[in-house]
Amino acid sequence: MEKIFQKLSLASATLVFVLLIGIFLTLYSAAKPAINEFGLGFITNPDWNKEVVVETPQDTANSAEAMNAADDDTITDEDDVMIADEDDEILDEDEMLLDDEDDTATKTIYGGLVPIVGTLLTTLIALAFALPIAMGIAVFLAEIAPKNISYVVGIAIELLAAIPSIIFGMWGLYYFAPIISDLFGGYQVSLLTAGLVLGVMILPFMAAITRDSMNTTPAVLKESAYALGATKFEVIKDIIFPYSKVGIIGSIILALGRALGETMAVAFLIGSVFVLPHKITDPTISIPVAMANNFGEASGLGESALFYLALILFVISFAVISLAKFYFLKKAK
Amino acid sequence: MRLLVNKIFLALSIFSALIGLAFLGWILATLFLKGLSSFHFSLFLNDLVDGGLRNLIVGQMILAGIASLIGIPLGMTAGIYIQEYGQGKYASLIRDLSDIMMSAPSIVIGAFVYALMVVPMGGTSGWAGAVALAIMMIPVVINTTDSMLSLVPRELREAGIALGASKYKVIIDIVIKAAKVGIMTGILLAFARIIGETAPLLFTSETSNYFSLNLNDSFPSLTVSIYDLANEPEESSRDLAWAASFILTVMVLIINLTGRFITRNKK
Repeated sequence: MEKIFQKLSLASATLVFVLLIGIFLTLYSAAKPAINEFGLGFITNPDWNKEVVVETPQDTANSAEAMNAADDDTITDEDDVMIADEDDEILDEDEMLLDDEDDTATKTIYGGLVPIVGTLLTTLIALAFALPIAMGIAVFLAEIAPKNISYVVGIAIELLAAIPSIIFGMWGLYYFAPIISDLFGGYQVSLLTAGLVLGVMILPFMAAITRDSMNTTPAVLKESAYALGATKFEVIKDIIFPYSKVGIIGSIILALGRALGETMAVAFLIGSVFVLPHKITDPTISIPVAMANNFGEASGLGESALFYLALILFVISFAVISLAKFYFLKKAK
Repeated sequence: MRLLVNKIFLALSIFSALIGLAFLGWILATLFLKGLSSFHFSLFLNDLVDGGLRNLIVGQMILAGIASLIGIPLGMTAGIYIQEYGQGKYASLIRDLSDIMMSAPSIVIGAFVYALMVVPMGGTSGWAGAVALAIMMIPVVINTTDSMLSLVPRELREAGIALGASKYKVIIDIVIKAAKVGIMTGILLAFARIIGETAPLLFTSETSNYFSLNLNDSFPSLTVSIYDLANEPEESSRDLAWAASFILTVMVLIINLTGRFITRNKK
């Protein structure tokens, strides 16, 4: 019995390891066709689901000819396609057929630049918005508020963290975004509104961990500073902040990792278009949203490209979180 | 001057706390106003196909319930391993990996389960949704079990062993009992977290308009349906989405507060 229990618990613990490796390998193998097809250029290519003409080595000069050649092929292949009167119609129909059959004449290319940029920018906006407020809340909870108020406000802030993200999305779309777009102009669905709602979402998370690391400052240090006549601001700036700095940076990075992978709150607000934003008020798309909205319909190379995006997201967030864990939060202990 | 800077700083800090509370108040107020105005008890009696939410609420509970049945034992035994059996590097490696997994993007876990289960099984299913949620839950349960067991004093364990109990007996009968309240709180919070998840379910369980207990087929999910309903143009669909969000949030907050209440009573 003893042995069985010990083996069982070891097996469960190993499961975590297996799961993480499994996630990576599964995503990698599902993304493999897209990785082979697009390589690392995927990351810098802004076109998603775009038809391009493949120029065969024989007639690189004239791509229109290549198209025509392909026309003849498909017409002979497909009995259904009647020889239509107008060339344009044939072209249209063929394009649709080629889409399905992945013919050599044209192919659909997928590039990940837009969702990658969208993910990074929304996360940055969220951080810029949440950081000062979260720090303020943490200082308030740890140093300013009396114990009972700090307890109640602390619970309220943690409840904010418990609200499902889809609710943030709906509230953001119907109530928050109209106000923001009135203030800053532009569309209601945009980088800016998505980033701000994301900021509201990570706010409680960031505030809670920052408060916890501030609370680790030994009371003796604080009291000695007060005894020397320091004001509260000076104690926070010169004693608490330097002491808990590493932990605070770790908490910021953890919040960043959370913001990177957030799907639902952003899905309502980012606009879901594969276009690079020129202004902060332009709609665009992020990796999780691209997956949420396109996974159902995607197949073949398109699906594989989505897995490629998932892999990129997984690797980015893995790196970010490991950095926070191994470097900053370890040091804090 | 120093005092002025101090005052400004304190005011700013209080102000940001107020901002945080204002957002909470704003979201809750919206939910209550919009949710209650479309809320009706018949929502609990009809399925989505008849304009109700019964199948969705039951479905979401079943998904989260099965996820808990898978996730809690695995998470707890892994947590026990890390704290009680594991030595040195391997245990702390697992602890770190589990922390990393806790923050892994939920949509990526959805994609993983899609490739692992949905593709081989030929379609979305309740099982796939429950597994995705279980994967979300495991690291959270590991984390709580680990930290709650670490609070149990060493003397208790030694006393048990001195009485001649085997290590397994000591863990089950003494250590777990001592940490019971904390672990239960953690599990409740983990449950509250997964019951509100949408992203891992989008392409694993999907959702269904009909009442279903068949886990081999697309399974009704409250959160996925909220997403679908909220994106529909008709006002009535959106009102239903608000009512569903209201019910979901009330469930999550009640579970969450119950967890906190238990710990507080203990103290």
